[in-house]
Amino acid sequence: METLIFFLFAALALGSAIVVVVHKSPVYSTLSLVLTLFSTAVLFVLLGAPFLGALQVLVYAGAIVVLFLFVIMLLNIQTEESAHGAGAQRWVALLGAVILFGMLGLGFWRGGFAQVSPLTAESVSLKALATELFSRYLLPFEIVGLLLLVAVIGATVAARRPGGTNTDETDEIALGEEPAP
Amino acid sequence: MTSVPISWYLLLAAALFVVGTLGALTRRNGISIFLSIEVMLNAANLTLVAYARQLDQRTGQLLVFFVIAVAAAEAAVGLALFIAVFRQRRTIDVNRLNLMRW
Repeated sequence: METLIFFLFAALALGSAIVVVVHKSPVYSTLSLVLTLFSTAVLFVLLGAPFLGALQVLVYAGAIVVLFLFVIMLLNIQTEESAHGAGAQRWVALLGAVILFGMLGLGFWRGGFAQVSPLTAESVSLKALATELFSRYLLPFEIVGLLLLVAVIGATVAARRPGGTNTDETDEIALGEEPAP
Repeated sequence: MTSVPISWYLLLAAALFVVGTLGALTRRNGISIFLSIEVMLNAANLTLVAYARQLDQRTGQLLVFFVIAVAAAEAAVGLALFIAVFRQRRTIDVNRLNLMRW
């Protein structure tokens, strides 16, 4: 049963990841990314990390992907891309990817098939995770909070309309439209 | 009890990571490159959780927690930068963003 679920969602994750990379339209890529993240969340649950599975669905598939979709629609991105120099570069990238996969796979394969101990109620308990997070990893936790604050401020400043602070004035180059000739 | 070896998870993570790398190297649309990077981060998360399972420790899971938070920050800042770039150059095709290329 577990093997069946693993293979189903592994195939789903890999297939949708390929769609993310291959598809021309960023919107379809993003929606396919949701499928990848959801399949990975299922695998997290299989690995005894239900909290991370839930977090993955909530934060990644919920918030981050919506942010992506929002920006894609805000920018009204055309689907075509410049193709010059794509041929050779694509093949070199493919070769490098195959080599990378060979090396990673070899390393992981050598890691062996060590028998893992079965999951217990204690090993998946959220309480133990939270205790460790808020005792031993409290400082990193606070730093991550600070990082998120800085990121929010930085994103707001970076995405602000350059120049004036007034927003009621209609500017001639609104996002997503062609500039007036 | 567990019939799926940890190595299979690790191999799946390696495959996902390579797919993401391929996308980041070949795509020309800035948003698509970003999405590929998200796939790579996701693969790294899967590796961490798989090893946390094998070693029976929680540190790997907590690291994934931090990775997700940092990925959120990275997505916010990166997309804001893309908006700023798009406002200046009317494109986010990385082949045309060659101001700093020599």
